[in-house]
Amino acid sequence: MENTSPAAAAPTRSLAMPLRATPKDDAEPVPTLIDVRNLDFYYGAKQALFDINIEIPDRRVTAFIGPSGCGKSTLLRCLNRMNDLIDGTAVKRGAIKIRDIDIYGPSVDPIELRKRVGMVFQKSNPFPKSIYENIIYGLRIQGVKSKTKLDEVVEKSLRGAALWDEVKDRLHESGLGLSGGQQQRLCIARTIAVEPEVILMDEPCSALDPIATAKVEELIHELKKQFTIIIVTHSMQQAARCSDRTAFFYMGKLIEFDATHNIFMNPKNPQTEAYVSGRFG
Amino acid sequence: MTALPHSFAPRRGFQRRCESTIAWVFRAATYAILLSGVFVIGNICLKGLPAVTNSFRSLEQFPYVTNTFLFEAPESLYVFEQDGVKREMGDKEYRSYREAETARATAEGRPVPEFKAASYVYAAGGIWPCIVGTVLLVLGAMTIALLLGVSSAIFLSEYARDSVFVRFIRLAILNLAGVPSIVFGLFGFAMFVLFFDWNVSLMAGWFTLAFMVLPVVITASEEALKAVPKGFREGSLALGATKWQTIRKNVLPYALPGILTSSILGIARVAGETAPIMFTAAYVVRDKLPWEVSKFGDFFFQGVMALPYHIYVVSSKIPQNEYTQGVQYGTAFVFLGLVALIAGSSILLRNKLRGRYQW
Repeated sequence: MENTSPAAAAPTRSLAMPLRATPKDDAEPVPTLIDVRNLDFYYGAKQALFDINIEIPDRRVTAFIGPSGCGKSTLLRCLNRMNDLIDGTAVKRGAIKIRDIDIYGPSVDPIELRKRVGMVFQKSNPFPKSIYENIIYGLRIQGVKSKTKLDEVVEKSLRGAALWDEVKDRLHESGLGLSGGQQQRLCIARTIAVEPEVILMDEPCSALDPIATAKVEELIHELKKQFTIIIVTHSMQQAARCSDRTAFFYMGKLIEFDATHNIFMNPKNPQTEAYVSGRFG
Repeated sequence: MTALPHSFAPRRGFQRRCESTIAWVFRAATYAILLSGVFVIGNICLKGLPAVTNSFRSLEQFPYVTNTFLFEAPESLYVFEQDGVKREMGDKEYRSYREAETARATAEGRPVPEFKAASYVYAAGGIWPCIVGTVLLVLGAMTIALLLGVSSAIFLSEYARDSVFVRFIRLAILNLAGVPSIVFGLFGFAMFVLFFDWNVSLMAGWFTLAFMVLPVVITASEEALKAVPKGFREGSLALGATKWQTIRKNVLPYALPGILTSSILGIARVAGETAPIMFTAAYVVRDKLPWEVSKFGDFFFQGVMALPYHIYVVSSKIPQNEYTQGVQYGTAFVFLGLVALIAGSSILLRNKLRGRYQW
């Protein structure tokens, strides 16, 4: 993790900036981290995902796009087994492998999985504790007691989430006193504090204003050096701006998955083309 | 019909009068409730206060002042005429007075005076054992009710999946709230006093009272747990916390103010109910205080005096006369004060917690 604030270091980017993803991002092959094979997923009797096959590259940003109810959030929540918490959900066929380990296999503890696969939610959910306590929550439950270690992690995580300069003087004030964008970055900092490999982001900017959104996107750009990021978004501009790969879902099926540049500039599937050009969805 | 001055001018009519009448009906209903409340409380305070204020006595040693009504056990009152003066004395005072007079008369060679006193039970002394008993009953019953109730609420709201069985449990709990307190008293008598052979004891009273307030505690605790945003649970689980860690660190603390609110209502009920304790825990009179036991285990298996039961006894089980009223109202007054005190401290605690956890 770099110790300089990315917000300060990176030039300010306007929202009107051109598509960043270029073919050179995928010039060399990237190893696959998450491998989803033939996945069928059900909410009770209702099938939500149909035969999903997707290989998510290591330390890249992958965006899931598609209209509401297309299954993109469902797939995201399959990846850290958050769907386990909902009654009646089941993977009926297929497998999800992270580093060749089937995460729905009998030997996998979802608690351990979630330590490696963190999640940032649509509605920012800082706990009603101090900023400091929010960051170290994950370490506290793992039993880390050392004050120096905790202080270190707090600074590192907040710097990593480009929040340190804004909150370093009020670490012991409530996390709920922050603005919406800061709250969401606090949640990101809290997630990276437990040092996961993957960060799942479920529409992290849908409740944020454009400036806060730009900051989170910049942050995503920084974070991909260290983490594999999967972001679900309703904003095609956002997917185009910050992702390397984009997957388009429709009606529970994966329609197209390719380099972001190709999805937006040269989609192979007519449905994808119709969606990204704004003809439906 | 006269022409209106302009189109926004008020129109008089039936509907307008209806509006203001209705508002006044609601207002009157509220004021009537307020009035009766003030009357009841005021009446008790007015008639009960003298029993407390007239009982301050100075002491030889620390703390130099005491209140016989608050800090002594109930006694019989002896009223007699001596040398043309009407005197009123409590049991102990009267006995020592008689001994002293007899001794003095013997020493002076006079014939021993005849003592003709009318006695009135419970009219002297105080209600200390009842205060102690009520506080003990409330503390024990609320501890049991909160432990059982909050555990069950956590199970119902966090662990149990929605099934016919769980819905049946909820229905059963709601129905329990409608059971009359005398039925709880009989249940406690049959279950704890007879079947478990605990006799009339604190334990039997605690459990009976706890079962009586359980529905309130469970229902309210469940509501309080449900009011904690789902995001806190998800956020915690997504960081790799186990279910219990999530509940303990990130759900229960935020639900605590709500749980305490419900237990405040519970406290008032536990302290106030007479029926559940009359068969299970309350003694009409007991001269020993609860901590005066030979071994620790006996503490839980002794009966106690309690304020509501004492009010019942002094109001309906003893002959009524001009001396009993003071005791009745005095006890009721102290009782109200005690409930206010316990509830007030829980409210303070709740507000403190609320200030700490706000979202």
